[in-house]
Amino acid sequence: MKFDLDWGVFFHEIPGGGDRYADLLVSGVAWTLAVSASAWVIALVLGSVIGTIRTTDRPWMVSLGDAWVELFRNIPLLVQMFLWYFVVPEFIAPLKRWLVQADPAHAQFVAAVLCLALFTSARVAEQVRAGIQSLPRGQRLAGMALGLTQPQVYRHVLLPMAFRIVIPPLTSETMNLIKNSSIALTIGLTELTFRSREMGEYTFRFFEAFSAATLIYIAIAMTANRAMALIEKRTAVPGYIAGGRKQAP
Amino acid sequence: MTLDFDVIGRSLPYLWKGFRYTVELTAIAAAGGLFFGTLLALGRLSPVRPLSTIAAAYVNLMRSIPLVLVLFWFFFLMPQVLQLATGGERPPQIGAERTAIITFIMFEASYFCEIMRAGIQSIAKGQVDSAYALGLSYGQSMRLVILPQALRNMIPVLLTQTIILFQDTSLVYVISATDFTGAASKIAQRDGRLVEMYLFVAVVYFVLCYTLSYTVKLLQRRIAVIR
Repeated sequence: MKFDLDWGVFFHEIPGGGDRYADLLVSGVAWTLAVSASAWVIALVLGSVIGTIRTTDRPWMVSLGDAWVELFRNIPLLVQMFLWYFVVPEFIAPLKRWLVQADPAHAQFVAAVLCLALFTSARVAEQVRAGIQSLPRGQRLAGMALGLTQPQVYRHVLLPMAFRIVIPPLTSETMNLIKNSSIALTIGLTELTFRSREMGEYTFRFFEAFSAATLIYIAIAMTANRAMALIEKRTAVPGYIAGGRKQAP
Repeated sequence: MTLDFDVIGRSLPYLWKGFRYTVELTAIAAAGGLFFGTLLALGRLSPVRPLSTIAAAYVNLMRSIPLVLVLFWFFFLMPQVLQLATGGERPPQIGAERTAIITFIMFEASYFCEIMRAGIQSIAKGQVDSAYALGLSYGQSMRLVILPQALRNMIPVLLTQTIILFQDTSLVYVISATDFTGAASKIAQRDGRLVEMYLFVAVVYFVLCYTLSYTVKLLQRRIAVIR
């Protein structure tokens, strides 16, 4: 009964529309990738800044960075998603006005990107801070002895090495981000997991639909993994641990 | 916009019920996950090839797909599998709450596995050799020598993972189980008080998780001093 599988179901037409179920999943993948990529760019920039200021000698900057990380790390991502979608607009009138007349898909997209970006930025910041602090103290001192200012020390001495060191942990953060983007389905964003469940509900072919989603997630994760490994190899500095071989995750 | 925080006081008993389920789910999933995770770790490190391949495949599969999708998988598969097992006429209904417990044990096992594997590998090779030299069997050397030390070394990481698990249990929302977030969300929608409820939930989670992770940090420092 249940385990007679019909893999042809992906090419059946959706009732009422000219599309096939495969198209439904493809549009889901597109949303997953769009949300993940946008959030990743913001998270990388914000996380690098926050992570860097946590290693400076200004106490207020360190406290600000610490507070940022603790804030986003200690609230469940699902709750953060609800906060961005339901709560934040209530406190910002122009945002609320835009939200009311905007296409729901756009509103969901913006909320999901903001939520995932800030959540991931806290995790990136933690990695970047650890990366900078793992550098020998002499590097910073040598930079200062050469007469570089603090920003120059960071720009020319510390960050170039720190970023290479954090590539492996950033790889797993990238994959976490892609997986976390599925939580956006709770605010109605039609990403991959949403679409696969929808397909299951239309066709009662849950097994086939979830199998497809699982395979697609694995494929995305492997591609991201390869891409990051390529970047790691390209940017490697010969003679350093972070350069030659892969570190344990 | 007017805020009405009374809604929290009015619904406290219901929220407390949800919160208790969240804690229960976290505790059972952490205990079960640690148990099966340790078995998986032993499997991954086993010299028996098929065993290590299967364990690795399971762990890698679980870790590469989103928890939401895993919850959907189990929510939909569990009744079918149970029907197959019991040979019943119709799929038995076990409810979202119990499905969530089984899902979280199976899912967390893969994360605890990786922690325990690192823990076991951090034990000096000489320990295994001396255990065998004393005439202990594989089971005895693992149970009496290796695992206690591995567990002890990994306590801070295991606790941190449990805090993450505590936050992740909020995702049972997607299969409509009534945990803390689920309870709050139901009240929020019933009374049209989304802002107050979600702010309250966020504050509760933040205070709890921040306190717990701070405690783990202190513990970590103490353990580091002892060694």
